[in-house]
Amino acid sequence: MSDMFDINQIQTIIDKGIPHCAEIGVKIEKMGADGVVFYLPYQERFAGNPVNGVLHGGIITTLIDSAMGMSIYARLEKYLPLATLDLRIDYLKPATPGEDVYTHSFCYKTTRQIAFVRAIAYHGDRHDPIANAVGTFMLKSTDSPALDMVAERVRAAQ
Amino acid sequence: MSEQRAENFISKINAAKQDRNWQQVFDFIPYFSFLGLRLEERESGLVCVLPEDKKFIGNPTLPALHGGVVGAFLESAALVHLMATQEVTRMPKIINITVEYLRSGKPIETYAEAVITKPGRRVANMRVEAWQKDRSKPIAAAHANFLVS
Repeated sequence: MSDMFDINQIQTIIDKGIPHCAEIGVKIEKMGADGVVFYLPYQERFAGNPVNGVLHGGIITTLIDSAMGMSIYARLEKYLPLATLDLRIDYLKPATPGEDVYTHSFCYKTTRQIAFVRAIAYHGDRHDPIANAVGTFMLKSTDSPALDMVAERVRAAQ
Repeated sequence: MSEQRAENFISKINAAKQDRNWQQVFDFIPYFSFLGLRLEERESGLVCVLPEDKKFIGNPTLPALHGGVVGAFLESAALVHLMATQEVTRMPKIINITVEYLRSGKPIETYAEAVITKPGRRVANMRVEAWQKDRSKPIAAAHANFLVS
């Protein structure tokens, strides 16, 4: 199944289809049956603590929320419109200033209308996470086109 | 050096409180500057404002704000409320947050109001709500715990 996803193509979908992810520089590393890995290169402009440069929790929320959505696409193998219903994040330790933040997200259950997802954020070691998260999403939340179609339209328009 | 910068930061917070001008603190926190946050004093209390900006869009066809930005805004509004209303000797640290998404957020100016559900000695429990044009139609709500000492 992991062969189904071309990472470069998905990076284009993120860059063209999700403006905020393009703005902050979200990168995809892996996408397959065991979920997705996104990462965000460290940028001082996202620090929440001006004294030590530790990232604001909100930027980690954004990275996790984005990866969660993509992990649903990985499970369903299509890019239908999604809406986050709820998202809970436990901040386990501060992110280390200067280091990239990774997130691994896995959609472990879908019903006709709802997807259930869990994710962690970490630096190098998955067993020493920065944050742990669970989220639920509404599937086919709108009649708007699927994410890959949106990205394709934006690319064609440019 | 870092201790001095921390002291400098706390004194900025205290000065902001005295002058009722939070811009200097927001300018000092890089992520708050990125979001372009403002704090307004209204009759009902403190209202945190997220400006309209295309860079916050998550779904360009609706269009709608990115869920992560909404979550980040609620967390920020809670933190700002804590700093503005409580005695702070250090920067409060977020322990966890649960965000409930109630309506799709349009890419327009968004407001948030926080209340301290329980101002504990070590942990502050907060509730935050965000809305756009209509205060009675919140787009998202959150509860969060912050370590304050």
